[in-house]
Order: sequence, then structure tokens, then C-alpha cells
Amino acid sequence: MDWQAFEVSIKLALLTSLSLLPIGLAIAYFLAKSTFVGRGAIEAIITLPLVLPPTVLGYFLLVGMDNNSFLGSTFMSLTGETLAFSFAGLWFASLIYSLPFAVQPILRSLEQIAPELREAAWCSGLSKWKTFFKIELPLALPGVITAMVLSFAHTLGEFGVVLMIGGNIAGETRTVSIAIYDSVLAFEQQQAQTMSLILLLISFITISIVYTFNRRNSRSVL
Amino acid sequence: MLTLNLQQAKPITLDVELTCQTGELLALVGPSGAGKTTILRCISGLQSSQQGFIECKGKIWFDSSQAENMTPQQRRVGMVFQNYALFPHLSVSKNIQFTLDADQQPNKPSVGQLLEKVNLTGLADRYPNQLSGGQQQRVAIARALARQPEILLLDEPFSAVDKVTRRKLYLELNALRRDLAMPMILVTHDLDEAAMLADQICVIHQGKTLQQGTPDHVLYKPKNTSVAKQVDARNVTSAMLIDDDSQLKLKWHNYVFTLGEVGDFKANQTINWTISPAKILLHQRVRPSRGTRENPLSGIVVNKMTLRGITTIQLEIEHTNRQQLQMDLPEHVANRNQLQVGEKISVSLLADAIHLMAD
Repeated sequence: MDWQAFEVSIKLALLTSLSLLPIGLAIAYFLAKSTFVGRGAIEAIITLPLVLPPTVLGYFLLVGMDNNSFLGSTFMSLTGETLAFSFAGLWFASLIYSLPFAVQPILRSLEQIAPELREAAWCSGLSKWKTFFKIELPLALPGVITAMVLSFAHTLGEFGVVLMIGGNIAGETRTVSIAIYDSVLAFEQQQAQTMSLILLLISFITISIVYTFNRRNSRSVL
Repeated sequence: MLTLNLQQAKPITLDVELTCQTGELLALVGPSGAGKTTILRCISGLQSSQQGFIECKGKIWFDSSQAENMTPQQRRVGMVFQNYALFPHLSVSKNIQFTLDADQQPNKPSVGQLLEKVNLTGLADRYPNQLSGGQQQRVAIARALARQPEILLLDEPFSAVDKVTRRKLYLELNALRRDLAMPMILVTHDLDEAAMLADQICVIHQGKTLQQGTPDHVLYKPKNTSVAKQVDARNVTSAMLIDDDSQLKLKWHNYVFTLGEVGDFKANQTINWTISPAKILLHQRVRPSRGTRENPLSGIVVNKMTLRGITTIQLEIEHTNRQQLQMDLPEHVANRNQLQVGEKISVSLLADAIHLMAD
């Protein structure tokens, strides 16, 4: 059993979903409030990683993280390390890869909030920030939870992108899915099976949490 | 007191001018899409017009010439939204408490006091989805009052409840408003509702205020035919003004009517006129009285319909090329006189009730 791979995977998934919370909220809030013409294009770009083959996305990210690129060279000058084939690079790639899973649920739940509720809060004297934290965020909570759990689960299972830009460095970029692939190639059936079952279990539990929570929540709110 | 003046060309045309005194309830009436809700949104600061001026209780809330435009949070507006817009994730008491907590005001009422005011004690811990439409409206009013507003705005507050509840809520609002020392504006497309609840009615059509006045004045003395159309004036027709022994009279087909008020109208002018169906008096057949000499007419009853004790008679007037007038009379009067379709009856048009309109 490659416990180190589990550690990398869980750390990556947690970090990614937590970082996507503010990013997803900000993007979703911006999109929910805007009506400009290019909104569809922005939504399409955000959703693109959902339909793009992971290898294609991984390829572009790899090129973007090259030391000659802006992103790679900036990271290099800041940390003295290459972005590609590092945990940081993996984390950055996961943010892009899981972005649609964070933005879409939050956006949908924000859009479902009747605009009068926001206006009623303003007329009640609540500032825009207070309105967001006390009215809009609690009402969008099911979407926020869904976004967090889905981006966690999605990052946990990511394979193609990791392989392209992370490689297979133990303790740094070797995630569970890579370890499973390695085990199968090495004919270590028992290890591949155990790790796959654990991954299956974690995914099932996280998704169950979303459904249970959202069902309970929808009862009390609506 | 509220003074308001709004002008705008796009996206919705606005040409609005109205006032509402403290303690007075002003009803904005007009068809859907006339701009009534837009006016409320402008008052509350949720929207602003291109040009205009809004002053409430001596404070300038909006003045396009001074680039002054207060936010909804800065204006003290109690707004009751059409669907009440209660916060669904908060209990009744929290819905109200949030508003009370929004800013520091002296002599704040408590949640309990506000709920008592709207007859809703005992429901503080319920959630909006556990309340009936009428109860939701009461919470919305309590929440609006929690703001300690300088004006109360009600956007079609009765449209989301059934007829039986509506009648009850009319009475409650009518009782509640007596304690409220602020201007109140009610948006409605229901003329009866406006006439019943309001001190003043303002008729709005296509973003323009056509006439403001007391319900009786607006309903029975519309300024022109477009107001008459909006307030559903039923007997609107045209006639000629004539000089009869230096007295201005109305010549309608072969009839000549004496008039009460004539205003600035001159003889030999074609004008429109109207008379309230309630101001056409039936001549009793058994006991003719002196009043029968006042603008008498006779005609055939062509239709008869009774609603809640009021019988409406459609009368085809003789010698007028089949022109019709409608008259309303209490059901018992119609019954006692045994009015039937096809019968000929005589009526009087009260001179004071004949209202002349220039256009």
C-alpha cells in the first residue's frame, strides 16, 4: 500500500477545494450579477476543462508552466523551483481542472435566489456585504457545499492532468490514481485493488454527504 | 410628506409628478406595465430615473440636478414587495430582527410589539414557508415597519392572496394605517381597492401621471377621456354646449340638460361628458316626485345585472339613435319598481353630477 500517495492525493484535494471556495464564489457571484454579452463566452471557458481530454488540458498547462513562460518564470524567480513536476504545479493545475465543479453549482444556486430578496435586504438597511453574508450566502449554501465536495472528489480522482504535468514523483506528485496505474503495470493486483476500493469508498461517502445535506437543507429552507 | 418628480425617456418612459402627505394613503392605479412599480423602486432607491427629484420628510433623497442619489440603505423606506420577499431561511422573528439590527435608531420597537401590531403574535418561530399568504403579508408589513420608515410603500400587497383573505387584510390595513404617521403609497391595478383604502388616487398610464385627487374626484370627475378610460367611467359620450338664456346648457341629441359646474367651457363647443351610474335617478312610477323635472330622460331597459346588492341597468335612451347609459341602483329599489328587460322607464340626470371634459 502506497500511503504516501494517499497523503499527496488528500492534501491536494483538500487544498484545491478550499482554494476554490473563494475563487468559485467570486466568479459565480460576478457571473450571476452580470448580463453583458460576453457572459456566455466566460462561462464556456470556465466549463471547458469539463469536456476537454485531460491530456489536452495537461499539455497546455505544461506548456504554460514551462520556465520560459510567464507563469513558470515568475514562479521560478519567486521560489527558485520549477512549477512543472512540483506539488505547487499540481495544485495550480487542479484549480483549473476542477474550476467548473466549483463555479457551476454556486452559480446555479445564486441564480435561484429571487432578486427581490437582495433588494428587500437593502431596503431593510443591510449593507451589500451584510446582504451577501446573511442572505445570499446562506441561501446558496447547498450550492457551495456541492461545489466543495465535487471539487474535492474530482481532484482526488484526477489522472491525465497529473500524469502530464506532475509526473510520478513519490511524496510530491504521485497521487493515488497514479499509484494505482503503477501497481497495475507492475502486476501488483492486490495493491491496485485495495487502493481502488478505498478511493471508491471515499468518493461514495463524499457524494452521499452532498445528497444528504442538500435534501435536508431543501426541506428546511423551501 | 413626499414630493416626487421623475422624468425619463428610456428604457421606460416616465413623466411622473405626485405628492403624498404624512398620514395619507396614496394609491397609484393603472394597468400592468404602466410604471407603477418603477415609481416605487425609484422612491426606495432600487432604481433611479434619468431626471427628477424626490424629497421625503424634508430630506432630499434624489436630485438629478445636484447629482444627489441616496442608496436604499440611506433612505428610510418600509417596502412591502409584491410577493413579500421574506427571507426563506430565517424565522419570522429573525426576518424582523435583521431589520431592527441593521442600524442604530432610538426607541426601537421590539419584534413582539411589531408582531402584535399586525395581529401575528405566537408565530414568531415559524418559517415563511409555514405561513399562509395573509400571514406572510403581515410579516412583510411588520418587517417594513421595523425599519422605522419615513414612508411606507406597498407594491400590490393583495395580489398574492385569495379573495376572502383579501377582504380581511383590507380591514386590517385600514385599521393599522390610522396609527402610522408617514406617507403611504399603495400600488394596485384594482380601482375598487384603491377607492376603498386610499385618501388620494393617482392615475398612471404609460409612465405618465394623468390625475391625482380624492377617489371621488378622480372616479367621477376625471380630467379628460384618457383618465375616464383608466378609471373605467361607464357613461362617457360627447355633446354640444349651448347658450340658453345666457345659461350654459348641454345639448345631447334632442335633450337639453341643465348643468351644475361648467368651469371654463364656452357655448358652441363640442365636449365630452360623463355621469356616474349612481347619479342617474329612477323616477318612481307609483309616486312621481318633484325631482323628476331635473334633466328627465326615458328609455328601454335592455339589460339588467345584480352584483352584491347593486343592480346595474343598461338603458337605451329614446330619440338618441340607440345611445345607451348605465345606471346603478340598490337591488331592493330595482325589485320594488319591478324593473324588467324590455320595459320603458324614466330617469333624471342630476345636474351637479354631469361632468364635462375638454378632451
